[in-house]
Amino acid sequence: MSQYVIQASKLSRDFGDLKAIQDLDLEVEKGRIYGFLGPNGCGKTTAIRMLTGLLKPSSGEVHVLGLELPKDAEKLRLHIGYMTQKFSLYDDLTVKENLQFIAKIYGLSGQNQKRRIDELLHIYRLEQSKNQLAGSMSGGQRQRLGLSAAVLHKPELLFLDEPTSAVDPESRREFWEQLFDLSDQGTSILVSTHYMDEAERCHKLAILESGVKRADGSPEELMQQMGAHVVEIASSNIRQLKQNLMQLPDVISAAQLGARLRILVKDSVADPLALLTQQGGIDSTANLSIVRPSLEDVFVTCTGEERV
Amino acid sequence: MNSLFRIYAIFSKELTQLRRDKMTFGMVIMIPLIQLLMFGYAINTNVRHIPVGVVDYSQTGLSRVLIQTISATQVVKFTHHYVNAQQAEAAIARAEVRAVLVIPKDVSQRLVRHRTVGLASPPSSDEETSRPVAQWIVDGSDTMIAAGIKSLRNMPLAELLSKPANRNIPTFEIALLYNPEQRSAVNIVPGLVAVILTMTMIMFTSGAIVRERERGNLEMLITTPVRPIELMLGKIIPYIFVGVVQVVIILGLGNIVFNVPVNGGLWQLSGAILLFITASLTLGLVLSTIAKNQLQSTQMTIFVLLPSILLSGFVFPYEGMPEVAQYIAEALPATHFVRLIRGVVLRDVEIIDMTFDVYWLALFTLAGLMVASLRFKKNLD
Ligand SMILES: Nc1ncnc2c1ncn2[C@@H]1O[C@H](COP(=O)(O)OP(=O)(O)OP(=O)(O)O)[C@@H](O)[C@H]1O
Ligand SMILES: [Mg+2]
Repeated sequence: MSQYVIQASKLSRDFGDLKAIQDLDLEVEKGRIYGFLGPNGCGKTTAIRMLTGLLKPSSGEVHVLGLELPKDAEKLRLHIGYMTQKFSLYDDLTVKENLQFIAKIYGLSGQNQKRRIDELLHIYRLEQSKNQLAGSMSGGQRQRLGLSAAVLHKPELLFLDEPTSAVDPESRREFWEQLFDLSDQGTSILVSTHYMDEAERCHKLAILESGVKRADGSPEELMQQMGAHVVEIASSNIRQLKQNLMQLPDVISAAQLGARLRILVKDSVADPLALLTQQGGIDSTANLSIVRPSLEDVFVTCTGEERV
Repeated sequence: MNSLFRIYAIFSKELTQLRRDKMTFGMVIMIPLIQLLMFGYAINTNVRHIPVGVVDYSQTGLSRVLIQTISATQVVKFTHHYVNAQQAEAAIARAEVRAVLVIPKDVSQRLVRHRTVGLASPPSSDEETSRPVAQWIVDGSDTMIAAGIKSLRNMPLAELLSKPANRNIPTFEIALLYNPEQRSAVNIVPGLVAVILTMTMIMFTSGAIVRERERGNLEMLITTPVRPIELMLGKIIPYIFVGVVQVVIILGLGNIVFNVPVNGGLWQLSGAILLFITASLTLGLVLSTIAKNQLQSTQMTIFVLLPSILLSGFVFPYEGMPEVAQYIAEALPATHFVRLIRGVVLRDVEIIDMTFDVYWLALFTLAGLMVASLRFKKNLD
């Protein structure tokens, strides 16, 4: 098998007039964590559904684990795990019953089943709540249950659709530790998110907007190749300053961070500091400095979205 | 092997969910119980104690004896007296009584000349002798009530005048098999098995797939290696048990409360019941793959249920239905089952002797399973 677990070219999907995904080219390497970063409705779920064989592409080609989709979707199912965006296990079954159900579906019986379920309950800290109905669990517990069900049959490739949207930062950190463990054991992972900090943890990521891939690469590459300078200004009267700077055609965005203003300036401008001081009406007390771009800056630059 | 295992996975999951669903669980027991009592007591084709009135123009002792004799049949109960026929008709119109007996002034003369009283062969030319004793004015809109009153038309009146009854030799002798006392419950209770199973079996499974979809479980389910046919089988097997429990309730209580015999053998009975339960369950599954949400699946259940009650032969005899209705009836599993279950329960026939109905139900089940599995697509398009 090739080094890629997912290869897609010109993948598109329409819903009536709406182009949910347009000409998506994708290459995901084996053993990596690959991220889809994008706002609500940009097509993350649609893309994942096509990659798992649940939706037929309107056009384009996909190979996942060397299998052609949607033709070989049924064969693929044994080798992938999928944690849906909305909790999709049974609310009226307990944690253990849910896991037993999944185990049986994948043909795990007797001692093997028991051992695997105990192992999962341990790894994902669900021992305490194993007899609790899934419907009555907290967001974090559900998410851990969802993940343990998705990895029960030890899939080579794992799809996670916004797995952390309903959990607190602490649980998110823990969740990512578990993803790195899985990745370490050789599982390839594709995860969608709209959190920058999560995207930054991925080996590689694709930034999606309105069904179109705007950029891809490792977070570092993306930040280096970003077509803009980042300037931070510490000054009084920031609100007024922001208004002024936004008028300038070369300023992509301006966002207030407490007492500072973070400005993105087009990289066609040779000296962004000079531009800002000369044309922006910045007074002498202000403190300007060029800073290292963050992933959020990348996101704003390539999607052209206003930062708030 | 793996396939059996996956069917077992779905089966045990459904069973656990069913156990947790108190509402459905209650319905499994309550629906047959309540329906049995309702239909068993309410549906009665031998109408008795119809409230009627009387207009007595003769006011003689004889007219009072006549009224008593009629009351003694228990078909009617005299509740009101009216002065004249106009008043009586008004009373019928406002449903105070369902019929009125009008006794003419010359009732005594009519009576002595009446042929049922025993005047030997009255001259047929004599107009007087062929006149009836009195007249019933009946609310004819309800054919069942009307038939009850009509049955009084030829009631013997001999004892009225203490004369021996006219020996009336019937043209035919009628031997009533299987239900000699002509109790409605004997016919109703076995038919009720068909109606209740149609209702509950289709209701439970018609929601089966839709529910997975509505609760968001479907997206997970179709990502697993489970095959459509395994899913369908796993989903209907638990309800086979449910159906059997219901049949036991209906026939058991029918036997205890309404004294309806179960003449057929256990194997024959089980065979007929399994055939019908699986047919109804697969029909429900097919509906479930068509419905977009649970409301639609409920509507479809009712759409199937109504003809199953009305056309299956449960209420009206199949033979009396117009041809079109018979065609529709033949398409419904309930029709075939009503024949089978009445055959087994009342007449102790072997189901294998009713080949057409047996094959029909079996084929219906297979076709249903295939259609449901084919319609169930493992994708979200
Ligand atoms: N089955 C469908 N029928 C019609 N339109 C759809 C369907 N599924 C998705 N869409 C549309 O496609 C677009 C992309 O949806 P998608 O769910 O893939 O976005 P997403 O990135 O997952 O968003 P979110 O972050 O909110 O989950 C949206 O505009 C959505 O309305
Ligand atoms: Mg989504």
